[in-house]
Amino acid sequence: MTAIATEDLLRADGVTVRFGGLTALDDVGLRVAPGTVVGLIGPNGAGKTTLFNVLSGVLRPTAGSLTWKGRTVSGQKSHRLARAGISRTFQGLNLFHKMTVLDNVVAGADRLARGGPLSLLTGFGHHHRDEAELRDRALAALERFGIAGTAHHYPSTLPYGIQKQVALARACVGAPELLLLDEPASGLSGKQLDDLAAQIRGLSEDMAVVLVEHHMDLVMEVCDHIVVLNFGKVISTGTPDEVRADPAVMQAYLGTAERSGR
Amino acid sequence: MTTTSTSSNAVEAPAPPARPRGWRALPSPVRHLLLAALGLAVFTGFLLVTGDLTALRMAAVGYTMLSIAGLQLLVGGSGQVSLGHGAFMMIGAYTTALLVIHMPMLPLAADLLLVVLVAVVAGIAVGAATARLHGPYLAGATLILAVGLPGLAHRYHEVLGGSNGLTIRTAGAPPFLQGVVTNSEWKALVVWTTVLLAMALLATVNSGRLGRRLRAIRDDENAAAMAGIPVGRTKVVAFVIASAAGGLAGGLQAYVLGTITPGSFTLALSLTLIAALVLGGISSMWGALWAGLAVVYLEIWASDATRALNLDRDVENNLPVVVFGVLLILILRFWPLGVHGAVQRLTAPLRKKSAPR
Repeated sequence: MTAIATEDLLRADGVTVRFGGLTALDDVGLRVAPGTVVGLIGPNGAGKTTLFNVLSGVLRPTAGSLTWKGRTVSGQKSHRLARAGISRTFQGLNLFHKMTVLDNVVAGADRLARGGPLSLLTGFGHHHRDEAELRDRALAALERFGIAGTAHHYPSTLPYGIQKQVALARACVGAPELLLLDEPASGLSGKQLDDLAAQIRGLSEDMAVVLVEHHMDLVMEVCDHIVVLNFGKVISTGTPDEVRADPAVMQAYLGTAERSGR
Repeated sequence: MTTTSTSSNAVEAPAPPARPRGWRALPSPVRHLLLAALGLAVFTGFLLVTGDLTALRMAAVGYTMLSIAGLQLLVGGSGQVSLGHGAFMMIGAYTTALLVIHMPMLPLAADLLLVVLVAVVAGIAVGAATARLHGPYLAGATLILAVGLPGLAHRYHEVLGGSNGLTIRTAGAPPFLQGVVTNSEWKALVVWTTVLLAMALLATVNSGRLGRRLRAIRDDENAAAMAGIPVGRTKVVAFVIASAAGGLAGGLQAYVLGTITPGSFTLALSLTLIAALVLGGISSMWGALWAGLAVVYLEIWASDATRALNLDRDVENNLPVVVFGVLLILILRFWPLGVHGAVQRLTAPLRKKSAPR
């Protein structure tokens, strides 16, 4: 293991995903250092969400490895990665719609819960105190995300912007070390986008962040490092300025005269 | 953390909910055991003013309620639909009968503990086999269980007694209570004590972390997994708990009735249990109480009515089913959340007044 490798929180090497004959990801590598914000961009169908699903254990890669804090975690299921400290949001939010906002967020803190199977069944032991702690933690998270007043509402009764905050609170309440944000800016505009940028920067003080995003302004503003995917391959990587200046990126997004002339 | 809260998103609302106080601050097992004790006291009082016949009927309400409460945890809690719940009652009933016949020295409590153990093993076997099935596929797999299991009684008729089933004699009231309570009343008390203890456990599971995990899985499996909840294992646990409740209910049924035949555990039983659960209210354990009452009393009332009207035997046999079906449709038309949903809506103003949030 090299010195750099131990510094990385998460490392993906040579990740390849094939669905039948289609190669969604082809030998993709990614490194996330603690406390950094990494942006994952690329045109539609580039494989961003597929990579996200690999990083969060939803999808098992055809080839390649995943290393979390120097330990190989390839092929581990989502809940194991979550308990290890990887959290994610979903494009469709995926809130627990028949549970209150508070219960949604308490459920998000599940990885911090202690106690064996017996206390889980009977409710004896530390269960009561432990549950009260989770509840306090969830209330604090609601407060931090400015949605304390909605604790007893059902998510579907709330405006979309608030629902996004609920999803964020649920993902952050368990104090993850890595937060994967799947298109956090979708459906937001103007002032909300500025707030989101400030929020992501705030979060990165406590955890590393990887975000998939189409909103270039946001990506360029908040990311320390950007990875550009196109047709399942990494075509560029570097700081926002480096990526912006890379002709390959321009070509992927806008096409070239040569190509359109064909 | 120094996250800036998004002011444009902030909702003007009252102060965040404080930690619960008083009754709600008690640990949930303590709360539920106290409620169970209260329920038993009420039930004992009720037995004092009613007769033997009601005692036996209420015993039937008791074990049916427990069986349905287990199903509520599974269907309402974790979102897995089982059409084979009656099969676990059958496993419990036959296990009890075999234990009483072949190991008569065991006390009832030991029998029931062994019944729960057997039902747990059966639940693990079925639950693990069906853990990857969703919705209609799971329902189909459990349906096979409900259809197939009664056949075992015919296949192994030397041990299980074929279609005549097994007959056992269980002890009535202990000697020092002779003359104070009748045998039927004693059995009803034994059933309700067991049922309320088991339901206290189920309610604790429901209101605790395991219940929350189940509801999270029901609502969104991917999001639940990303919260660190082991989805597959938790679903099997829910299935096993439901099986144990069903098995214990079947064991109590054998204890009360003394006759165990495959004919009482057909697919119709499994379907009745789930229909009754929907009728009583799928979203709460209280629904099981209404469901248990409905299963036992609707049949009795319907057959009383047919006898009073001097109707044909064919009609008499089928009327309870018709009444049940019509009632189910009507209740769901007007109270989509079942009887418990209706009760909640009616008492909502009272509760709001007594405990402002």
